[in-house]
Amino acid sequence: MGKIVRKAQGTTGGSVFVDVDVDENKIVRVYPMDLTDEDPPSWEINARGRNFKPPRRTTCNVFTTGYKSLVHSDKRLLYPLKRIGFDVNGERNEEERGTPRPGGEPNYPGYERISWEEALDTVANEIVRLKREYGPGAIIAEPSSHHLWGHLGYRHSTLFRFMNLVGITYGEHNPDSWEGWFWGAVHSWGMSNKLGIPEQWDLLEDCLENCEMIVFWAADPEATTGSYGGFETHYRRRWMKELGIKMVFIDPYYNHTAGLISDKWFAPQLGTDAAMAAAIIYQWLEDDTYDHWFVENRVTGVEEFTAYIKGESDGVPKTPEWAAEECKLEACEIRKLAREWAAHKTMLSAGGYGGMGGACRGASGMEWARMMVALMAFQGIGKPGVNIFSTTQGAPVDTNFYFPGYGEGGISGDPENSGMLFRLGYKMFDGVTSMPAGSNINTAAGVFIPRLRIPECILDDKVEWRGKGFAGASIEQQFTKYKYPADGYARMQMYYKYGGSMIGTMGATNRYARMYRTKRLPMVVNQAVWFEGETQFADIILPACTNFERWDISEWSNCGGYGSGAETIPSHRIITLQQKCIEPLGESKPDYEIFRALADRLGLGGAFSEGKDDLDWCKQYFYATDLPKLTTWEEFLERGYVVVPVDPDRKRTPGLRWFYEGREIDTPSATRYRPSDQIAFKGLQTQSGKIELVSSSLKRFYETTGEVDEGRPVMTQYLHSWEGHHTERFKTYPIALVAPHPKHSFHTHSDGKDGFMIDIKDHRVEVDGFYYWIIRINSKDAEARGIKDGDLVKAFNDRGEVILCAQVTERLAQGTAHSYMASAEYKPIGTPGDSPDRGGCVNILSPKEYLSKTACGMATTHSLIQIEKWEG
Amino acid sequence: MGKKKYLVIDVSRCHDCNNCFVSCKDEFFMNSWLPYSDEQPRHGPRWMNIERLERGQYPRVDVCYLPKPCQHCSPAPCAKAFPDIVTTREDGIVMLDTEKAKGQRGLVDVCPYGAIWYNEEKDVAQKCILCAHILDGNAGASICMPRCAHCCPTEALTYVEADEEAFAKRIAEEGLERYKSDFSDNGQVWYKNLYRFTKHFITGGLIKDGECADGVKVTLKGADAPEQLSGDYGDFRFDGLDPGTYAVLVDGKEIWSGTIAESLNIGNINI
Repeated sequence: MGKIVRKAQGTTGGSVFVDVDVDENKIVRVYPMDLTDEDPPSWEINARGRNFKPPRRTTCNVFTTGYKSLVHSDKRLLYPLKRIGFDVNGERNEEERGTPRPGGEPNYPGYERISWEEALDTVANEIVRLKREYGPGAIIAEPSSHHLWGHLGYRHSTLFRFMNLVGITYGEHNPDSWEGWFWGAVHSWGMSNKLGIPEQWDLLEDCLENCEMIVFWAADPEATTGSYGGFETHYRRRWMKELGIKMVFIDPYYNHTAGLISDKWFAPQLGTDAAMAAAIIYQWLEDDTYDHWFVENRVTGVEEFTAYIKGESDGVPKTPEWAAEECKLEACEIRKLAREWAAHKTMLSAGGYGGMGGACRGASGMEWARMMVALMAFQGIGKPGVNIFSTTQGAPVDTNFYFPGYGEGGISGDPENSGMLFRLGYKMFDGVTSMPAGSNINTAAGVFIPRLRIPECILDDKVEWRGKGFAGASIEQQFTKYKYPADGYARMQMYYKYGGSMIGTMGATNRYARMYRTKRLPMVVNQAVWFEGETQFADIILPACTNFERWDISEWSNCGGYGSGAETIPSHRIITLQQKCIEPLGESKPDYEIFRALADRLGLGGAFSEGKDDLDWCKQYFYATDLPKLTTWEEFLERGYVVVPVDPDRKRTPGLRWFYEGREIDTPSATRYRPSDQIAFKGLQTQSGKIELVSSSLKRFYETTGEVDEGRPVMTQYLHSWEGHHTERFKTYPIALVAPHPKHSFHTHSDGKDGFMIDIKDHRVEVDGFYYWIIRINSKDAEARGIKDGDLVKAFNDRGEVILCAQVTERLAQGTAHSYMASAEYKPIGTPGDSPDRGGCVNILSPKEYLSKTACGMATTHSLIQIEKWEG
Repeated sequence: MGKKKYLVIDVSRCHDCNNCFVSCKDEFFMNSWLPYSDEQPRHGPRWMNIERLERGQYPRVDVCYLPKPCQHCSPAPCAKAFPDIVTTREDGIVMLDTEKAKGQRGLVDVCPYGAIWYNEEKDVAQKCILCAHILDGNAGASICMPRCAHCCPTEALTYVEADEEAFAKRIAEEGLERYKSDFSDNGQVWYKNLYRFTKHFITGGLIKDGECADGVKVTLKGADAPEQLSGDYGDFRFDGLDPGTYAVLVDGKEIWSGTIAESLNIGNINI
């Protein structure tokens, strides 16, 4: 062991210290931070006669603790590669992608090592040629959702700066974790600047002081950790439990949070949650146990909605007995839940951020999210102890301290795709020595491609959709219609992939494998850290290093933009200069340096870098924030992190209290709103300013377009899931698979890669030397199919087949199976796109269809499948 | 006598985050801490081995995880079998001589907990050393406790330095137990709420006149279990049971009787 030096780093799973062996250029250990007396005191909460303080040690996700095994891994790309059979000036053999010719490098079969010069020249020359020969639109850049943590390296920052300066089209992300809230709940209450989910400010204190019961509905905060929050919120739920707050869980899976604190668990049949919610409201109407004042003063469409609930308009009263049959639950238990809910000050935890994740991502996601809003409309959301509260956000940290999240654009200064107002840009760029790089092509007036339809854009002649990316600038932005190819723009000629794999995360993902293997896609570049998933379909691979091998700057869990408020998940606001720990391994380079080298070849080097390296940009970023109020650049450079002090005088502004009390908005959300989001600066963003059970925006949309979308009715209601038990498909595929966000990896980031995480027993299982992904099957379903715990099984439907390892369990109802989505491995046993995958991409089984005809979000959490023992 | 070093594991606080398992691998993979321990291979050994147990049947279930490192037994079965290789430090930590343990596959078989692993790459038997190299200040670390306890975000694993007398008091007060105490009833690793992993329950739900029957007196015959009132949804659960024959009584009337080998959900019962 050489000399060991401690560094600070930021990761998707938490801020950490890293001990580094500087002599051997290796990471020794990655571990949580113990705050010292030099760091400011933590917040305290006094509630119900008790004093609560967070621990002075940070927590982190397992994929952060195990990061060393990802940095030092044989799956790392250590030098530029070219696919054997690909000749940029001659025969490209596109159809061989994914099944390359024999030979190549031992760790990268089918690929031969090339120099950086050859790789960069090939890509740069092709960019110039395509722009000359085809015009704008010919080159598409597509990043993965969760690349390396750091506000410099994140896709909104370095990639966007390059993409915008060069004029490359963006493969836009859909609001993939918000879908039902965005396409559905936005029409109940606006909140488009948070993609339909409610604000969470200061709700932790409110909960501890006032709440008597929490209903976790499709929420597992111990597994999903509020996205980036490590396990910071674990203690808070323990405090709540100790205070006697009742804990009810509604989830198809007896999830990890339930395992710790549940008092009661309901597992409605997949896709029927909205029916259960309707029955709860029915019972409140029957018992007259709802908030009359609130319903009369803060809600519209009540008459039509209650007529529906009571069955006066459709002849079907939404009684607990009706719901019990639909949901496969006990009617008396639904009735009891309704009564308990009304009798107590109840908070609804409906996802990772309040909303987000879980049931909103399935075929019935919009109805579910809208019904969650309806439930709270009847109980007076915003009054003390009554709210939608994730139990993750809402800690009393100093939210006035300005340090932007990754969504604010970083060094691109382009918040176009992140929902931030252009705020950082004014502080970051003086307009003389340093310039932002806004988009001139990726605007609503330019061209873009939705990543859910990239295969269709390549393989089909024409594609249409509505909504541009995270279309939250207004409620109406999601209505705008787009098409591919856009008028006056070229078809895609080069696909420039930036990390990660979508085969693990989008719907019906065999489509992506097929799209690669066609001459309609003449060139694929993949800039990535690891040889995995979609990297193995590239023609040219540009090896990037991890954030442990370069400089970056960030705040823990602070994504900003549509995820604003996520900085209140960790118990302390910890801002790190992500100190370079080791030199880049092999010939890999920082993403920034790769783009800089390409920009140089494109004559844009000066505009891109302004002569700065990554550390120079960190310094410029430092001065654009409030950090100089706490420390000097020199100190920050040395120490590597700063904890933002708590402001004892900060005014408490619990989420939506202003709405309940009919005041002007006073929460930090106000700085995220455009003034025009509210009429006369009053009420919600809806046309009425109230919660709308009958939506004015949808009504206006259908009236002005003449569209009829039965999948997204104007009134909040329960619809039979189009991927549920009322469909024809159900007869052939009788198992309902729920595929939520994974616990032990973050999307595809940190799965596979030969890291430690694949050894986690509940993540992958080794069978004959191969690490299989897990599917959890109810014991009766398993028995009926002769499947035992640990057996290999084939899960399949008409969309594809995946070979998985069975875990037989009682944590699911009969007829339901569970498998986390987002495998980083894609390992077809035959032709890619047309043979069983044993890597574990369960999204091969999920629908490619949009939530509804006009709601162009994905619906991947629920899939109807069949399972059989794999004898192959 | 100096202070002894303990690991207290509260089974009820573990939800299988795996930080203990992975931090242990992080500490020893690519890092040789000889003479304490050679490095651990990338895959294979589980010095911290998390076991999972489900109890009950849908929808009344319980799930529980038991992180299981070397139990640092006192006396240690491995020391009895291999006295030349195994030593117990004054602080209680059981160590394997890294030279003498080479080629000694027999060590793997003598541990009743399956906590000794064979490193094929280095051809040596290895196990958890409670991060003795860190505790002794010989690891260039800024922390001073085993990595698993430092990384545990839920206080399921806590590291304790105490003299034996003080710790004995804690054992009594908190009901700490040794896992599989038949193998070894003393050592440095102790469990809290172990019944969640080693005992069984009988659970069910009461319904009366079509409604959940809450607040009803339920008693269990066959074990010394206190009377319960059914919960909000009519649910009851008698936990901490051994396999055996039991009967459930509601207001003195038997609603179920039978023999259980493991936890049982008797379902909803109309009363």
